[in-house]
Amino acid sequence: MSYTEATLQLLSPTGSLVERDATAEYLPFVEKLTDAQLREFHRVMAITRAFDVEATNLQRQGEMGIWVPSLGQEAAQVGSGFAMRPQDHIFPAYREHAVGIIRGLDAINIVRLFRGLTHGGWNPTENGNFHIYTMVLGSQTLHATGYAMGVALDGKSGTGDPEFDEAVITYFGDGSTSQGDVNEALVFAASYQTPELFFLQNNQWAISVPVSKQSRTPLYLRAGGFGIPGVQIDGNDVLISYAASRKALEETRAGGGPRFIEALTYRMGPHTSSDDPTKYRTDGETAHWAALDPIARFEAYLRSRGEGDAFFDEVGAEAADFADNIRRRTLALTMPPVSDIFDNVYSEQHPLVAEEKRWLAGYEAAYVSGEAGE
Amino acid sequence: MSALESLPMAKALNAGLRKALQDDPTVLLMGEDIGPLGGVFRVTEGLQAEFGDKRVMDTPLAESGIVGTAIGLAMYGYRPVCEIQFDGFVFPAFDQITTQLAKLTNRLEGGISMPVVIRVPYGGHIGGPEHHQESPEAYFAHTAGLRVVSPSTPHDAYWMIQDSIASNDPVIFLEPKSRYWPKGDVDLSERGRTLHSTAVAREGTEVTVLGHGAMVSVLLQAADLAAEEGTSLEVLDLRSLSPIDYGPILESVRKTGRLVVAQEAPGFVSVGSEIAATVAERAFYSLEAPVLRVSGFDTPFPPAKLETLYLPDADRVLEAVDRALAY
Repeated sequence: MSYTEATLQLLSPTGSLVERDATAEYLPFVEKLTDAQLREFHRVMAITRAFDVEATNLQRQGEMGIWVPSLGQEAAQVGSGFAMRPQDHIFPAYREHAVGIIRGLDAINIVRLFRGLTHGGWNPTENGNFHIYTMVLGSQTLHATGYAMGVALDGKSGTGDPEFDEAVITYFGDGSTSQGDVNEALVFAASYQTPELFFLQNNQWAISVPVSKQSRTPLYLRAGGFGIPGVQIDGNDVLISYAASRKALEETRAGGGPRFIEALTYRMGPHTSSDDPTKYRTDGETAHWAALDPIARFEAYLRSRGEGDAFFDEVGAEAADFADNIRRRTLALTMPPVSDIFDNVYSEQHPLVAEEKRWLAGYEAAYVSGEAGE
Repeated sequence: MSALESLPMAKALNAGLRKALQDDPTVLLMGEDIGPLGGVFRVTEGLQAEFGDKRVMDTPLAESGIVGTAIGLAMYGYRPVCEIQFDGFVFPAFDQITTQLAKLTNRLEGGISMPVVIRVPYGGHIGGPEHHQESPEAYFAHTAGLRVVSPSTPHDAYWMIQDSIASNDPVIFLEPKSRYWPKGDVDLSERGRTLHSTAVAREGTEVTVLGHGAMVSVLLQAADLAAEEGTSLEVLDLRSLSPIDYGPILESVRKTGRLVVAQEAPGFVSVGSEIAATVAERAFYSLEAPVLRVSGFDTPFPPAKLETLYLPDADRVLEAVDRALAY
């Protein structure tokens, strides 16, 4: 599924500003952005890509069990990520590394997850309200909707004060739109008029299955069937990603009900380090999307505004440092304690789990003291 | 001073939910038809009128949606109590219950609690169609992170629903629907025992019979019949299926030397199987006979006209008691 007349876009693939009637209402959001903010967009996209490439390398070298690359999806994530306000809550799937970085998450925690040291990795309340990754596809969209129902019930949205009103954003992919949970989340969101943005990254592939197998209709059109306004954007254009998300979030936090954005983007890498995209897609398709690369496009735009080599060199060096730092700290990660198996299965004591924890401790101790096996 | 009131279990649950709603503003009820109708079993009757539609919410007809949004509400700080309409309709929510609700505290390394109660009317004896009479407790008891309880009396229903709502862990609250209507004394001032404890429902000396939910009344009936023939049965009410309070079970078995575990659920890989195995491990030298199970058969729950042959009754319990005594 590629761009059509309906796809909202502010930056052309060559990085020039597109002026169309359809996007006129989005331009003001971009015009308010300062040069510093625009530079920040580029900086985070570049850092995320360097992180992602480094993580892929670490996986290939056996330092992680699996890696879920975000390569190619940086603009969709960075634009929407910067559109949020500090009080907003984010319910990601498992590929939204750039959003986590924007919200202050130390990326080493994402590595900890995929290295097999934890099932979570961070506490949302201490990390910009960026909730943990969810592996069961679409489950998080219901959590987001429930959270947003809580926001509304508690009177924390719809006052008209954007500094106060909270909004919730949930990320999901084209594959998960076939899941019952995503559809139920849309039903509940519409029913309770939640302050919530459904942000769909349509990266064209659910592992090896193309989006055409998931849907006979452009996915953003489904939103209308739920009674939720939806738009389709060029997900490789960071400016429309920002503007459309900002607009939707401001409308929903003010009490306008849920919103839906389908960002057309492309998963340049595999689904995870465990699959081989050459088995199911063509070089031509990959080359087509490579030409639409979100970072190259935005760099061209910034250069057209007068940004020079000095800035891009500086960002390049910073991204390289970021990746080096991740590599160094990944190699220094230590084993979690054995007690992690048992602790926090429940909030309150559970006798069976406590008994098994004691048993394992005794069993391990017996080996250490040489008693076992005699 | 005790305040005794004679109530059917459905009314006792209603009173317990009302008390929870009064005591804690973060408690919310959500489910299908629980508002003006009061639920298909009328357990929530009058609660929406009293507390408003923001605290007693009729939801869209989607069980995964109910539990999934309850998880989000719990993340926000609410204590949702979900009603699943019938046992057989819990399965659309099974994914959210087992992969999300049960595991989020662990996944967040203790950084969050999941105080969500899932009320599920379960079990047979009501002549219902397919999916309306099942006993799915083993699926939930098998899942780490969940607590699973089932009251057998109106008194326990009143207190156990409140204690489940107060729990910081998710609780699968199984309501024996055939016991919704018989009345029993409810002591509104004194809970008597904690949520996760096994109770001695009737003292005896020769054979211990154990069950939960609606089976407890069958066991008491069996004990009456056995007494007429001069056999003394001790009846245990399990109450909590996860965790299981083994203290009173082992104490009873050490006294009687014989244990019969009864349940409506199929016996294969069941809560009764788990208890039989554990008692064999921990009270081996006290046992005069193998632990015997009386269960529903390992078939789909049959059409309603056959249910009395499927569900263990007092005669089937006593048949097992006789076998145990024959060792």
